[in-house]
Amino acid sequence: MNKLLEIKDLCKSFGEHKVLKNISTDIYVGDVLCLVGPSGGGKSTFLRTLNLLELPTSGQILFEGTDITDKNTDIDNIRKKIGMVFQHFNLFPHLTILENMTLAPMKVLNQTKESSEDKAKELLNRVGLIDKLNTYPNMLSGGQKQRVAIVRSLMMNPDVMLFDEPTSALDPEMVGEVLDVMKELAREKMTMVVVTHEMGFAKEVANRVAFLDNGVFAYENSPDKFFNNPNNERLQSFLSKVL
Amino acid sequence: MEQIIKSLQLNLIKDNRYMYIIDGLKNTMIITIFATLLGIFLGLIVALVRTTYDNTKKLKVLNAICNLYITVIRGTPVVIQLMILFFCIFTSRNVSGVMIAIIGFGINSGAYVAEVFRSGLMSIDNGQMEAGRSLGLSYLDTMKFIIIPQAFKVVLPTLGNEFIVLIKETSVAGYVAVQDLTKGGDIIRSRTYDAWTPLLIVAGIYLFLTCVFSAFVKKLEINLRKNERKD
Repeated sequence: MNKLLEIKDLCKSFGEHKVLKNISTDIYVGDVLCLVGPSGGGKSTFLRTLNLLELPTSGQILFEGTDITDKNTDIDNIRKKIGMVFQHFNLFPHLTILENMTLAPMKVLNQTKESSEDKAKELLNRVGLIDKLNTYPNMLSGGQKQRVAIVRSLMMNPDVMLFDEPTSALDPEMVGEVLDVMKELAREKMTMVVVTHEMGFAKEVANRVAFLDNGVFAYENSPDKFFNNPNNERLQSFLSKVL
Repeated sequence: MEQIIKSLQLNLIKDNRYMYIIDGLKNTMIITIFATLLGIFLGLIVALVRTTYDNTKKLKVLNAICNLYITVIRGTPVVIQLMILFFCIFTSRNVSGVMIAIIGFGINSGAYVAEVFRSGLMSIDNGQMEAGRSLGLSYLDTMKFIIIPQAFKVVLPTLGNEFIVLIKETSVAGYVAVQDLTKGGDIIRSRTYDAWTPLLIVAGIYLFLTCVFSAFVKKLEINLRKNERKD
């Protein structure tokens, strides 16, 4: 299998506080890696270092063989291949849904207006939001916003998608519609790294689940072993609280 | 009544004195409009430099220059700045007074507008920058297409106020031999020895201008807000 991301000895500190401590792991093409763990354990920080929204304090991250922590690497060139979905959607409120989706393909990939709009319409159709084409983000519900945010990232044809607690800001009845889109992505063999509290999703969709606690990958396994019989005390107590 | 008509006749009609008002108004408008444009241009650049420095710690030298610019311009009277431009810097007479006034008021306004823009840029949620960057847009493109358009909406009322202040501030342009609206009224007064009429006319015109501009800004604001009703 091909390595998509190689993480070597990754450390991140905010001042004195060490958030990530010497994390090393590889992410392969087609992996769906779910990261779970207590708040403050470093899940989001780890995810955000993968596209350099957080600058690592030390260590290396290789994306498709390129060291993205190297100062000479053009990070914009890397980021266009790494999709990211945020907890708070971060749609652009001054642009219509269609403009939200076509901005980056037109400016970064130099696609024509027509071809990017065609693609946007196709993707919106798939997530059932084609009728929202010309409305503004504030007219959408949370679940709809997050579905738009996902397809906005897909417009760039990314090699990997990062999800930072994509359902945590949603009303409970809207969680399902967003998870459905993510499940479909996983079926299409999209490589995904997902920080989540949705244990059901992790169980069903992931091929790897990791427990991030106190800045380290405290435990990692297939979902089956992870949830049913983990030989890690911290994880057992964590799972007993959330399941 | 007769008295009023008489004094209007004396101050405006006789010897075509209304032309002092018309020419003065023309200069005031030219100075205000172009100084405003220059001010927005300078202000935006300074605000971008300062925000970029705050966010990334890059552009250290430029940031220091911008800070110096803001401190000096905001800490000295605009009349003195104009006089320095007129008597010290542009001493050769092939630069017109109007041009000097545009440059002077533009540079002055830029320092205030910079702080207005900066507060607008800072008010935009950091998630917008992160979303833009994570899509592969460069820092400048994210600023240009995502942050600045949103910030502009936030600062529009304050910006409008700034320009209304500028319209009135140009009334000191007479100090550098520019015949603006105020100076025009002043010339009439010196000819007719009637202080009330020309000064009231000039004051009325300034009031009219600022009212029209206020209304225009309000309308623009409502138009821009249309996008995002239902917050």
